[in-house]
Amino acid sequence: MSQCCASELNQEAKDKIYEIIAAHKDKPGLLIPILHEVQEFYGYLPFEVQKLIAEELNIPLADIYGVVTFYSRFSLTPVGKYKVGVCMGTACYVKGSDKVLEEFKKQLGLEVGETSEDGMFSLEATRCIGACGLAPVITVNEDVYGKLFAEDVKDIVEKYK
Amino acid sequence: MKSLADLQAIREKTINQVNLRKDQEGYRIVVGMATCGIAAGARPVMMALVEEVQKRNLKDVAITQTGCIGVCRLEPIVEIYEPGGNKVTYVKMTPEKAVKVVIDHVANGTVVVEYTIGYHEEHNK
Amino acid sequence: MEFYRSHVLVCGGTGCTSSGANKIVKVFEEELLKHGLNKEVQVVKTGCFGLCALGPIIIVYPEGSFYSLVQLEDVPEIVEEHLLKGRIVKRLLYAETIAEDNTIRSLNEVDFYKKQLRIVLRNCGVIDPENIDEYIALDGYKALGKVLTEMTREEVIDEIKRSGLRGRGGGGFPTGLKWQFTYNSQGDQKYVACNADEGDPGAFMDRSVLEGDPHALIEAMAIGGYAVGANKGFVYVRAEYPIAVKRLEIAIDQAREYGLLGENIFETGFDFDIEIRLGAGAFVCGEETALITSIEGNRGEPRPRPPFPAVKGLFGKPTVLNNVETYASIPQIILNGADWFASIGTEKSKGTKVFAVGGKINNTGLVEVPMGTTLREVIYEIGGGIPDGKKFKAAQTGGPSGGCIPNELIDTPIDFDSLTAIGSMMGSGGLIVMDEDNCMVDIAKFFLEFTVEESCGKCPPCRIGTKRMLEILDRITEGKGEAKDIQKLESLAETIKSAALCGLGQTAPNPVLSTLRYFRHEYEAHVNEKRCPAGTCKSLLQIVIDEVGCRGCTLCTKHCPVNAISGERKQMHIIDQEKCIKCGVCIDKCPFKAIVKR
Repeated sequence: MSQCCASELNQEAKDKIYEIIAAHKDKPGLLIPILHEVQEFYGYLPFEVQKLIAEELNIPLADIYGVVTFYSRFSLTPVGKYKVGVCMGTACYVKGSDKVLEEFKKQLGLEVGETSEDGMFSLEATRCIGACGLAPVITVNEDVYGKLFAEDVKDIVEKYK
Repeated sequence: MKSLADLQAIREKTINQVNLRKDQEGYRIVVGMATCGIAAGARPVMMALVEEVQKRNLKDVAITQTGCIGVCRLEPIVEIYEPGGNKVTYVKMTPEKAVKVVIDHVANGTVVVEYTIGYHEEHNK
Repeated sequence: MEFYRSHVLVCGGTGCTSSGANKIVKVFEEELLKHGLNKEVQVVKTGCFGLCALGPIIIVYPEGSFYSLVQLEDVPEIVEEHLLKGRIVKRLLYAETIAEDNTIRSLNEVDFYKKQLRIVLRNCGVIDPENIDEYIALDGYKALGKVLTEMTREEVIDEIKRSGLRGRGGGGFPTGLKWQFTYNSQGDQKYVACNADEGDPGAFMDRSVLEGDPHALIEAMAIGGYAVGANKGFVYVRAEYPIAVKRLEIAIDQAREYGLLGENIFETGFDFDIEIRLGAGAFVCGEETALITSIEGNRGEPRPRPPFPAVKGLFGKPTVLNNVETYASIPQIILNGADWFASIGTEKSKGTKVFAVGGKINNTGLVEVPMGTTLREVIYEIGGGIPDGKKFKAAQTGGPSGGCIPNELIDTPIDFDSLTAIGSMMGSGGLIVMDEDNCMVDIAKFFLEFTVEESCGKCPPCRIGTKRMLEILDRITEGKGEAKDIQKLESLAETIKSAALCGLGQTAPNPVLSTLRYFRHEYEAHVNEKRCPAGTCKSLLQIVIDEVGCRGCTLCTKHCPVNAISGERKQMHIIDQEKCIKCGVCIDKCPFKAIVKR
């Protein structure tokens, strides 16, 4: 991943980020809400974006990097068009979500935390999403699939290909 | 909203709606709505009942339907279950009759004898 | 408001939404329009009904017909048969609601609901959470009106103290005392905060309240604000709960529009407003000091207490912090009185507790029971027992901070102190049931993996200690455990418990300690005999074909993903243990049940 080159951000993206920052400025504890919104817009939080935020808010880049790496929802790398999240909450685990995860790894050819080369899929082992009544549960972006068996995985992957 | 009275006003406006979602304690109005009932005109009767109950802001009244009551020749049929469990069956109903039943029976507790099945059978022998 | 003769309540909780509730609402509306019923039948999307295992769930009133596992194709039938012709569609009714004589029972008589007492969840599944009027209709904001116009701040705090309410987030600290401390603190600015960062895996009661009854939280926070002298509230909610966040946003907007948030509420001069802050995926932020640091915009690392948040909290100001379920009890306490609340529950644990019941149990879902209800009642009477005729082994409460409760203790009453006494804890209310197929060493390892990953790294006992414990558990489950390992685990656990900085670290060893206490024999079997009694730990497992049972049908050979099984047709088959990955597919496929784990 590139670690320099603020120039990689086009003006349009920059303007949008400035806009997000301006909307939050002067509120207490503004950094995390800003990061949420910027990530939602830009997809992830590369160094050039963090640098821009640091300059605008006049806080050290190290602080921002510290926050971004602390929270699992913030990503330094691009994520796939379809984010597959296999719930690893307790209820799902005791009902065999580990087997479902293994099958996804096999079907997608990815390890947890990786994104496919074509940018289509990324695979995550997520924290409990609170749909324990449907365990084991997986999500693909906003879609939720519950009461799964490992053999259902192939069909789900096909749907998004 | 400015005062507690405003809050109370909203509560009263909405309570009948939400109260429907629990086990009913008040009057239950049941309309026979099988194919025969609908053919005989049960739907306008039902609508009249709904409108009248709403107009008079009657509390704890449920309007529900049932299938064929079995005496198709007397449709549309409306049964009223009183809070004590007593049942009154009205037959050959019309929207106008329905309004009267709501006013006299449901709101004021007086059975409209001339619309009941017993009265009808007695006078049409 | 329009009067509708019939209401179709569609569960819009996360569970049912996942199984298609939104589409069902749409089809209902289309079908009603088609039959001209749209002016007499109202479709309402509500919060969670609790019985998530049977979703999507629909209740039709006034009949109170409880339809479960409803599919899109069923909707036209319900509309035509039930709503148009008045014939209840029996085949779709929840089987428990049909009595032996074929009559239909009220929901309150069904086992799942019979033993429950719904205070926190009273509006979930009853009102439309996106409609403030419906909340108001069921006495919503009446408690706020009462405290603002009839009670002094001291009286409010006293009422909460006398009710005996204790924090539902895990610790069980008396809520009234917390409020008292914040009230006592001097400061020009104070805050009310709500912990909705429900991170315990397997717990989703707070989410259900936010999704099903968000105004209850808003009302309670305003009451708290009045009592302690704060005019600003923050709700810290998980970003993983999009539906909950959206409903809370809508609710806050509606409350502002009605003047129930904002300036001069009920013309009493009291100002209060609430802001939502999204979590970003860090379990430790459920710890109160870490949550506060996170709202301030920093890495969510805990800080030592004292000073407690009641003295020095958000932005250095006195802050009262409670969780969603705690707040949701408050308006009811104000309306019905402290004595009413104190009459429910046990001597030291008052009121009710909501549990998210999951794992190997028939009726997975959300239940609310009076404190002191036994685990047996929850699991067998409400939960409907263990599926597939398997044996109950243990129930896990308290998530990564809690412990496993074995069958011998299943008659323990559930309250704060009894659970702590047997080495578990109430926690936020996840209750995961495990059966004979679950290995307790593996479960302990599962939770430790969780804490290792979520440890913020600030203090060494937690950062390094839990990692060392996990390494030992890894060894044990791989069959490389040594005799001294169990002792080492115990000594590490005790050290971490006493030396870690925050609640996360101090309680992290609990899953290991409690399984060691009640299932020591399983650890010993792994270490001494290199055997996993539950047949879960793959390294210790061999899958073999039974000589007598095998008919040589070759079905297992065909399904084995790694070609580890060989044998001629009608001859005994053999599994090559070098190649076998222990996936268990052959066990499921064998028609003669001749393949077994050993």
